[in-house]
Amino acid sequence: MRPAGRGPLESLYFHYPHFSARPVPELDGQTITHPVAIVGGGPVGMTAALALARYGIRSVLLDRKPTFNDGSRATCIARASYHIFEQIGAVAPFLAKSLGWRRGRSFFRGREIYRFDMPHSDDEKYLPMYNLQQQYLEQYLWDAVARSPLIDARWESEVSAIAEQPDGVRLRIETPLGAYPLTAQYVLAADGARSAVRGLLGLRLQGENYEGRYVIADVRMEHDYPTERRALFDPASNPGGTVLIHKQPDNIWRVDYQLRDGESAEAAVEEANIRARVGAILKDIGHDKPWELEWWSIYTANTLCLDDYTHGRTIFIGDSAHIVPIFGVRGLNNGLADAFNIGWKLGYVLGGQAGAGLLDSYTPERRGATLDVFANASKSARFMTPPTRGVALMRAAVLSLALRHDFVRRFVDPRQMVPYTYRETLGETARRRDSEFSGGAVAGSACVNAHLADGSYLLDHVGTGFAGLYFSDGAPLDPALAARLGALDPRFTLVTIAAPGAAAPAGAIADPHGTVSRRLAAGPGSFYLLRPDMHVAGRWRRLEATEVTDVLALALGRSQGRTG
Amino acid sequence: MTTMPFEDLERAYDELAAAIDRVGPSGEALLLAKLALLLAQRLDGIATFRESLAVALEDLPVAG
Repeated sequence: MRPAGRGPLESLYFHYPHFSARPVPELDGQTITHPVAIVGGGPVGMTAALALARYGIRSVLLDRKPTFNDGSRATCIARASYHIFEQIGAVAPFLAKSLGWRRGRSFFRGREIYRFDMPHSDDEKYLPMYNLQQQYLEQYLWDAVARSPLIDARWESEVSAIAEQPDGVRLRIETPLGAYPLTAQYVLAADGARSAVRGLLGLRLQGENYEGRYVIADVRMEHDYPTERRALFDPASNPGGTVLIHKQPDNIWRVDYQLRDGESAEAAVEEANIRARVGAILKDIGHDKPWELEWWSIYTANTLCLDDYTHGRTIFIGDSAHIVPIFGVRGLNNGLADAFNIGWKLGYVLGGQAGAGLLDSYTPERRGATLDVFANASKSARFMTPPTRGVALMRAAVLSLALRHDFVRRFVDPRQMVPYTYRETLGETARRRDSEFSGGAVAGSACVNAHLADGSYLLDHVGTGFAGLYFSDGAPLDPALAARLGALDPRFTLVTIAAPGAAAPAGAIADPHGTVSRRLAAGPGSFYLLRPDMHVAGRWRRLEATEVTDVLALALGRSQGRTG
Repeated sequence: MTTMPFEDLERAYDELAAAIDRVGPSGEALLLAKLALLLAQRLDGIATFRESLAVALEDLPVAG
């Protein structure tokens, strides 16, 4: 919503482009079977299209709107998402515009009670978190989409029917230029919390709705304060409630405040009430200069998800599959991880490099990630928005004690999350060999990064397919094994890391201080097998050649009779 | 398990009553919740806390 007198998309700082529906072959009666149709052109849909393009797969990207989503919305983008943007060739404008941060500070009645810095080191290429309005995120992804010859983007195109066929999915698309059928081998439903595709298929989200509601408001003001997550508990400006403040580019500040019990949502979003509450909060944080109201919306916390993220050849990604609490910043970030997970898998399947069975791993992995968010974000949501009197009382006890006592301060931690570890889809071999390590990146987890002696980062070198990190003892990897791995995955990239002090095979990465081997808890002869999404498919303290090829085959959905 | 001598328990009883009076009805639940957390964190683990909580619940009506 915007102040009276301004149009619905009339932003103080962002120009929304207008995209009209174009003539398309199907309107002339042509029948084409597209490899993939993506319903929903928001951040998750666009990332999926760009991921598929990375693997040479064409897609049709459909959005019923003529422009981007409105408002700053998600705002916080996590490190892993910047790695995804880098992999799909879109990261540069994000780094130029967004505001990176690590620190959060929590206050109770105006006094600081907790401070945290998200984990970070010189071995990381990106900061833990970046703030950027979602309009910019969509603009930058759109710029990459528009550059791609493999993405057929169709705006003002709404899905009104969907039907599964023997070898694909048939959609009905409504546009201002007319309606037409569209056929694709697979459909990715990226159409958000109120997904039309989900509704048309008669599927329902399961889980809980939380009571607490938050108004989210953007203001423009000159306010001298670093980029930190600021949480205010029981401030004078919102007694009994909670306030979150985030800095964004262009002097835009996000203010989120909790509605009181019994406060009506309709009244809360009336402009006069927004101005009053936001004004009080700004005074509370010492801002006594002018400010302008840019945009506002209302948000409820939920933990809802589909029982199965796949329905025949229709696969749900992002909010269409799961709705998570705002706290912990996992909504957008998990959606992007969904998109990249299915993007490489569908890319391999449609490219003939993997069996269709590989797609069976999508729901266990990404629904597993969702349930992990529920478990962690629920704690955070229950603290930020106590659902019962008992929880409210215990929170009040913790906040009061936190003024002076350290032992309760962890209750105040917002429980920022890291990428999920995919244990569900590991085979028995990967699990067994994993336990031989006493550190490093566990099997199923996102591989750790390392800052190399030449200034680059370890994960810069892994290419677009599966990758092997081989810790050399002086000799290169057995060429016969390298050839077998390359035969299984034509995109396979071998990264050889030289042992400090030993001879380095040609092309090996120097590791003079042992940084890489320390970060990965590896020694000469160790081997890590990474997936295209840079999660560890398996790792060996001492390389076992036949096991590596078996685990790669399993990770490509080619093995039968796998256990675990 | 060591137990507090009865003379000390009597002192705790009186001092808790006085503290409850001091904060008044609007503060008493918060006071008791804080005290429970403070005492809990001095225990080795959750077992004793759970036993004590179960005992405290005895003979109390549950909310409708």
